[in-house]
Amino acid sequence: MKRILVGIKRVVDYNVRIRVKPDGSGVVTEGVKLSINPFDEIALEEALRIKERGGAEEVIVATVGPADCQQQLRTALAMGADRAVLVQADGVVEPLMAARALLKLIEREQPLLVILGKQAIDDDNGQTGQVLAALWNRPQATYASKVELAAASARVTREVDAGLETLEVDLPAVITTDLRLNEPRYVKLPDIMKAKKKPLDIVPLATLGVEQRQQLKLVRFEPPPQRQKGIRVKDAAELVEALKKKGLL
Amino acid sequence: MSGKVLIVAEHDGAKLNVSTAKCVTCARGIAGAEISVAVCAVDAAAVAGQAARLAGVGRVLAVENAANAHALAAVLAPQLVALAGPFTHILGPSTTFGKDLMARIAGLLGAPQVSDIMGVESPTRFRRPVYAGNAILTVEAAGEGKVVGTVRMASFEAAGPATTPAPIEKVAVSAEIPTHTRFVSVSAAKSDRPDLQTAARVISGGRALGSAEGFKILYSLAAKLGAAVGASRAAVDAGYAPNEMQVGQTGKIIAPELYVAVGISGAIQHLTGIKDARTIVAINKDGEAPIFEVADLGLVGDLFQIIPEIERLV
Repeated sequence: MKRILVGIKRVVDYNVRIRVKPDGSGVVTEGVKLSINPFDEIALEEALRIKERGGAEEVIVATVGPADCQQQLRTALAMGADRAVLVQADGVVEPLMAARALLKLIEREQPLLVILGKQAIDDDNGQTGQVLAALWNRPQATYASKVELAAASARVTREVDAGLETLEVDLPAVITTDLRLNEPRYVKLPDIMKAKKKPLDIVPLATLGVEQRQQLKLVRFEPPPQRQKGIRVKDAAELVEALKKKGLL
Repeated sequence: MSGKVLIVAEHDGAKLNVSTAKCVTCARGIAGAEISVAVCAVDAAAVAGQAARLAGVGRVLAVENAANAHALAAVLAPQLVALAGPFTHILGPSTTFGKDLMARIAGLLGAPQVSDIMGVESPTRFRRPVYAGNAILTVEAAGEGKVVGTVRMASFEAAGPATTPAPIEKVAVSAEIPTHTRFVSVSAAKSDRPDLQTAARVISGGRALGSAEGFKILYSLAAKLGAAVGASRAAVDAGYAPNEMQVGQTGKIIAPELYVAVGISGAIQHLTGIKDARTIVAINKDGEAPIFEVADLGLVGDLFQIIPEIERLV
């Protein structure tokens, strides 16, 4: 079966104001809305569109994290994924560990494509897709803004500093998504009901033969330097004057 | 632990990117670092020559291969891994080139990567932004094994010229180079307006613009100021502006000299994307809008009167 594997991560919702804990051990996540990483939603949307165009038969969504990540997997199922896998792991999930777990799922599911977000908006590491492609010894096409699938290859347009770069990669391959790729669909209520019946497997990390391992110790979190409070101007003329004085116009 | 640092040069085949000189400055922060720069190219001579003249560089390793015509991560990574043996740190720039490549190298090495290094506290301890810069995290590597890193461009000045150029060595690496990834084309982003990411001035609109039509007053002012135009996520979601114009945590994170937020209330995710701007101007009819908390200059009023007036005045 032609499958697409989509990796998602649960993160603090993008609308939440991040607060660093006073003891510097992390940011406040208790009582805070948690959602699918926005770039991963784009990854899932792309997989669903490929399937809807007939380019794949099944979309599997997977995450590596604690038991309550099931909620985000259910949301992904409601968006349209066919089934979900939770690789259950407690503690810090570093990119290398996430990639090792995803590689085990790849060996099991034999997908023709793996799509991930280009980075998670919590740790901002931006590594998992590339690390996975390296471990898998397969092509990577990061920061995708357009994906055209052929029988044995894909043409991927990438958003790079120089502009737009197009690569041709043999399948299977790893793609990571940039913003411009698509706009994810909204979940409709009946789909949420349907999603409850879709399969969601829970696999402990250890049964995949992947070691829970943290290579970078998180020593300290600090808030960034704050901006000084500014001034109010009364009209456009005063604004233009103030900007000229600052040498900005 | 001192450091033997390998820096992966970013270049276009003829010219060394300034990002490499910034990596050198970052590497010099590692006490006692011996710095080597690897130049992977078809013909590395020109770029290697430029790298050799950066202050702090001890030697340049020229890795020449016909497959290196384009900077493909899958092609470059195994060559750099073949070179990596004696090094403690392997650094590249946190540009799309470096972010794509370095994590693949880290994967092949099974080494940890520190992304977006903004400060070096010791050979194993680094500072980096997380949550789109809403928190600064200090991380510590175990000290055994290698550390891979990408260097945040806004945090380091470019290394200056060396008094005497470093030696250049041509090295032959034995690595299996894959053919599964092929370069097709590259095209510069096409727009009449300056690029949002690099523009010195940016004017962004929010939902208060009311329609795609409403954005025209911003395009008009932007043209006069030579500014790029951005949009809040709310404006993008409402269909007033395309996604590529989105400024914020889920869009582009920018740091212009001047940022003008027009009819943008200032949702957290938007503020995250602009907080490194030098000067922030807010124009909004709601004087209580959170955008005013971060604005250097605030103006409360009707944007449809204010924007054309500013255009007349400048």
